[in-house]
Amino acid sequence: MTGDVLNDFCVQAATVNGSGSQSSNLVITKALFHMGIPVAAKNVFPSNIEGEPTWYDIRVTPQGYQARKRTVDILIAMNPATWERDAANVRSGGAVIHEAALPRFSAADRDDVSWYPVPFARLAREKLEAKPDLRKYLQNMIYVGVLAELIGLDPAAVEQGVRDQFRTKPKAADLNLAAVQIGVDYTRENLVKTDPFRVAPMDGTRGTVLLDGNRAAALGSLMAGCTVLAWYPITPSSSLCEAFIDYAERSRVDVATGERRFAAIQAEDELAAIGIVLGAEWAGARAMTATSGPGISLMAELTGLGYYAEIPAVIFDIQRAGPSTGLPTRTMQGDLGFVHTLSHGDTRHPVLLPGTVIEVYEDAQRAFDVADRLQTPVFVLSDLDLGMNLWRTEPLPYTESAIDRGKVLDAKALEQVTDWARYRDVDGDGIPYRTLPGTANPRAAYFTRGSGHDEHALYTEDPDVYQANMDRLRRKIEGARTLLPAPLVEEAGTRVAICAYGSTHHAVVEARHQLADRGVETDYLRIRGLPLHPGVAEFIARHDRVYVTEQNRDGQMEALLRQELPGELADRLRSIRHFNGVPIDAEAISDPVLAGELAQREPADHQGVTSRRGPVG
Amino acid sequence: MEVAIEKLNRLGLNRDDYKGAHTTLCAGCGHNSITNHIVKALYDSAIEPHLLAKMSGIGCSSKAAAYFVEHAHGFNGAHGRMPSLATGAKLANRDLVVFGVSGDGDTASIGLGQYCHMIRRNLDMTYVIENNGVYGLTKGQSSATADLGSRPKRGPANRYEQIDISALAIELGASFVARSFSGDGKQLVPLLQAALAHRGTAVIDVISPCVTFNDHEGSTKSYAYVKDHDAPVNTPDYIAPQGEITVDYEPGTVQDVELHDSSHILLRKIGPEHDARDRMAAMRLLFEARQSGEIVTGLLYVSPEADDLCTREGLPTRPLAQLPIEELRPSREQWDALMAGLA
Repeated sequence: MTGDVLNDFCVQAATVNGSGSQSSNLVITKALFHMGIPVAAKNVFPSNIEGEPTWYDIRVTPQGYQARKRTVDILIAMNPATWERDAANVRSGGAVIHEAALPRFSAADRDDVSWYPVPFARLAREKLEAKPDLRKYLQNMIYVGVLAELIGLDPAAVEQGVRDQFRTKPKAADLNLAAVQIGVDYTRENLVKTDPFRVAPMDGTRGTVLLDGNRAAALGSLMAGCTVLAWYPITPSSSLCEAFIDYAERSRVDVATGERRFAAIQAEDELAAIGIVLGAEWAGARAMTATSGPGISLMAELTGLGYYAEIPAVIFDIQRAGPSTGLPTRTMQGDLGFVHTLSHGDTRHPVLLPGTVIEVYEDAQRAFDVADRLQTPVFVLSDLDLGMNLWRTEPLPYTESAIDRGKVLDAKALEQVTDWARYRDVDGDGIPYRTLPGTANPRAAYFTRGSGHDEHALYTEDPDVYQANMDRLRRKIEGARTLLPAPLVEEAGTRVAICAYGSTHHAVVEARHQLADRGVETDYLRIRGLPLHPGVAEFIARHDRVYVTEQNRDGQMEALLRQELPGELADRLRSIRHFNGVPIDAEAISDPVLAGELAQREPADHQGVTSRRGPVG
Repeated sequence: MEVAIEKLNRLGLNRDDYKGAHTTLCAGCGHNSITNHIVKALYDSAIEPHLLAKMSGIGCSSKAAAYFVEHAHGFNGAHGRMPSLATGAKLANRDLVVFGVSGDGDTASIGLGQYCHMIRRNLDMTYVIENNGVYGLTKGQSSATADLGSRPKRGPANRYEQIDISALAIELGASFVARSFSGDGKQLVPLLQAALAHRGTAVIDVISPCVTFNDHEGSTKSYAYVKDHDAPVNTPDYIAPQGEITVDYEPGTVQDVELHDSSHILLRKIGPEHDARDRMAAMRLLFEARQSGEIVTGLLYVSPEADDLCTREGLPTRPLAQLPIEELRPSREQWDALMAGLA
């Protein structure tokens, strides 16, 4: 039985981290991409340098779905520690490529999967002319050849994938190609294909690139004119900062003088990282930091200073599973509520919620404009899945448009103003005018403080002045509702809808197709920012049931919606929550929605199928 | 009219132009004396008010940033976080003259980490610590710079070792470390001027008695105790760039240190022989003084050659904050090549 399932399956490589398997997996991913087959890759890795289990899921679908798939069709089992469980997870009718020397166990007696034992270690030892320490890495490249031969990867595409991966090291590329060939040859000579999975070239990747969200954020920051980066290394945000430094080294260094038109400071902690950002923004530079939950906790203090003293800042939160250290290498949408009102006292910060790589790029640039316009810290909420995995996306467009530096008075503008006060609402939008240190006008100076202040930035504890200022700050942030992107709406007039935000988007796309196939048509609302756009309530008002889907335990967005919406609309919300640390898949949404809708059709029977507040799925 | 002209500095400003808001600190507070010395130093050194960035943290000392140079931007940030805010400000606009005022709680406790890393990076700023060994605003708790055995106003004697912020600065590689006394303007003003001229972190640890909570018998930071135990190692004279050295001195009695902007600080030696360019000697001096219960003051260590943060980062001479967006975006060609590489 061969050739039944074309371009629609999921390969899982189960390996030991630190063994070079990442290169092998990227070669497979890129080879599929070069064949024009839509590919989605999910790296489920440990918080460890070497020796712990790691999984890499490579999914191909003709529809181009990019969410994780729950089932594994082809397993590449290279890790003795997990192989029993990994093999048990393979779906019936699937295939297992495994190190022949792995110990036998009961699940291996399954007769509903195809077994492909390959003596990887022996092949590497006998056939590869490389030093023993290199062999460990090359051994994993052999499985690329085995898989390529079994599913029919185009050899030219594989070679291109290898050359992509080792672009700067042609010798390494040759060595890896030799390893791939060993896998191909072994398969041809020793294995008989009995599984149904194969690939054929298609035209599904034309005009797209493979890119992770963190690099898109770095490129957006570069395009926005960010000149100061301050950061403290933390998974999964470090690669954003490293990418910014990499791109800035390439485009911001003067060839003649060596002068660098950016500063990237690896700070002593996240307290200092946000401090450097606020200091730089106070003095007029565009500055950003990127972190994850634990860093956000440390930034709480100075984010409040930024809010109260009205200093722009851009903070990328690449969310991981908390609380505390949590699961550092797993994904979550768990910081939403915390970030939106981070710091003590009454605060509220604009939050951008990109759902795709291109939105990360656009929102990165938008964040700087919004921060400058509102003179306040702005958060961009991404997550490990969106930030670190490779996504198929259209190329990021070059930005020609001007940036918005907001209400800044320079020395000349100050001459036109008779009575400037730093914190006075002149335009009725709550946004005052600011000056920058170094402005050559004696009237430019003011004393910035995180303590109580009046319009002139002078210290005060006056109750009326304090309250009026806090009211103005509230009005100012209210303006963000229409300054941030409107929700993305897909509406065909049905009464049932799914609401999501961020990277959950990709599972929703697929879930809606699954639901439609089973007779449940849904509309879709994707929230793009906080505070909520008026379009959110309007959409909910047009629907009877809205399934708010998110990747956290407590339904943080649902709680925010309930807080803001009138009770009559809040009653229409249902909550779907996925929070095991691996990216959400389509069934995690379509199953509970289907159950809820079936229950709706039989009202007497709906108790306990979907609880309105409790976690589902 | 001649009198009026005499009162103007190189920029044509008089000393009042360097004054700030009226102090709200206690009458007789050492910090107020320091404020006056700061005003004189900034005026004498003719610092452009609009280029001055006054930075501070939280505490009595940090309030003082509002009490000088009203026409300069100031930033009274958060407790212990001034070094990071100052780092950002200087990176954004390296033309700014960054001048920080901190206290012993702000620097030696809650902000110790940021203090260390500011020094490590040699951020170009003057960092004055108004050191009184006590938390004033919260009414009299001992700070981490209080000496072992020093008695607070209430409660038992301090049971813990003190953190010597000058010795710590030298250990961390600070390029300019001085200690002084709020009551000694003759020493402090030239030290401040030299600190302003120095390119790098200039730490001045100024013992500044708290008249309300730490000026009693048994305290080692009281006015009387400091006056009694002040052991100056040198008396500084600051000579502005292109200034003529008119001070008379016997050969071998003065150490002449040229600073980055070609100004000079002349250190007239008093007390034990000390070479202010010798880091080990500075450490030894501080340790020996601690053994003998003396408060050694003067310029303890200076290294004018050390590169500051902006130099190490290779920043352009034009401030980053003033670069137009056209110079910050990659070119269209670079962008297209980058995108092509992602396919």
